[in-house]
Amino acid sequence: MIRAENVFKSFGETEVLKGITTEFECGKTNLIIGRSGAGKTVFLKILVGLFQPTSGTVWYGDTNFFALDKKAIRAIRMEVGMLFQGSALFDSMTVEENIRFPLDMFTNMTWKEKQERVDYCLERVSLGEVNNRYPSEVSGGMQKRVGIARAIVLNPKYLFCDEPNSGLDPKTAITIDALLHDLTIENNITTVINTHDMNSVMEIGDNIVLLHQGKLGWAGNKDEVLESDNELLLDFMFASPFLKRLREDALRK
Amino acid sequence: MIISKLLYHLGRYLLLLRQTFSRPERISMYYKETVRQMYDIGIGSLIIVMLIAVFIGAVTAVQFAYQLDGTLVPRFYIGYVVRDMVIIELAPTITCLVLAGKVGSNIAAEIGGMRQKEHIDAMEIMGVNTAAYLIAPKIIAALVVIPMLVAVAAFVGTVGGYAASVLSGMLSDGEYVLGVRSFFKEQNVNFMFIKAFVFAFLLTSVSAYQGYFVKGGSIELGKASTNAVVMSNILILLADYLIAVLLS
Repeated sequence: MIRAENVFKSFGETEVLKGITTEFECGKTNLIIGRSGAGKTVFLKILVGLFQPTSGTVWYGDTNFFALDKKAIRAIRMEVGMLFQGSALFDSMTVEENIRFPLDMFTNMTWKEKQERVDYCLERVSLGEVNNRYPSEVSGGMQKRVGIARAIVLNPKYLFCDEPNSGLDPKTAITIDALLHDLTIENNITTVINTHDMNSVMEIGDNIVLLHQGKLGWAGNKDEVLESDNELLLDFMFASPFLKRLREDALRK
Repeated sequence: MIISKLLYHLGRYLLLLRQTFSRPERISMYYKETVRQMYDIGIGSLIIVMLIAVFIGAVTAVQFAYQLDGTLVPRFYIGYVVRDMVIIELAPTITCLVLAGKVGSNIAAEIGGMRQKEHIDAMEIMGVNTAAYLIAPKIIAALVVIPMLVAVAAFVGTVGGYAASVLSGMLSDGEYVLGVRSFFKEQNVNFMFIKAFVFAFLLTSVSAYQGYFVKGGSIELGKASTNAVVMSNILILLADYLIAVLLS
């Protein structure tokens, strides 16, 4: 479980986050949604410790993350996997080397054990035959999957994903969503996904947090979305007339 | 305003160095990266360093011969002057100024690019000490390889002086060799290596600093790369002067 407590963040005069308190549950896919500029990425970066909050804190279980020393922060980070918006795969390394990097850096596994783990992770994200290709030689969807494989290679307890579907076609996006959801349940991990993809919200949103202008606009789950009368949520989720009609039809039925 | 900015950058640079030389997570990973950097900096720069050194030696010989024209100074002094000029000043300084352009801008662009593409964030989240992993191998590789390149430059520069003066008939083979072997002081070679070490450290660490803290897009990355070269060059020349004052 991860809990953000009264998190504020300012960059100079600009206040990006204005006191967010929320909880992300274990074994569930937790989504942070909101319009561009709502503060989603900043919030996610605070959750993983890349940004220090101006005030407030983040709890990993019973541990106050921002009260830890460097050594303890590293220990927690060993339990964290993250998929970046642009995948952030190392260009000079092959797919296999990218996935093996955390194993090489932090484990005492033998070469064979590492290879087995890499192969398992690649297989788990349904990628074969790409071991020796460089990131630039595989498609955007494959890069995301390699990013997921790298994020799960150390068996993390916490998985963070920043816009995992951006730049992907709807079908590939659905595959990635399903993969993240399955991994969350299989490994009982706390997954936090930052997205503005409505398919993701309706398919895998076990726990949803809507950010609006740096504040918590709404919280609930995918089943509550359709019936909610929260204007911020409805504005965001059903922005087009087509989607509004779909919602009304669904409610009528 | 300028002083506070200078102190801000100096403080941040020193903190980065402290982080850079903190204990590595896994020595073998750092070793592999250091060897890769040694190859990139060393082999990758050998041709350009030799090419520049040969011309430096040749030009020094030709210009000194021109200065001696009509004087009573013995001609073999050309060899002596070329050797000492190249060893004390030209090989370490010119080589490192050139390397600041070639290697320094490359380091700033590489690390800055990694910052922009979130590679550094990805490593941070894994728990990697990114300053140590990305910067320390470059500095260590440069400290090993750049003095070697400077030594090669000193040798090639002296050969360049030979080629310009002997092959053009300015003086005989024996005269040049006599000059090169005259008044030799071992201390000058020490000067050369001290300069090479200091300049190597400056050009890699300053360039890495510029790249590591880059913010924004491609324009900022270009600026960081340019700043890396400009700042390295200024600091190399400043250090050159200080070393000359302190050790002469």
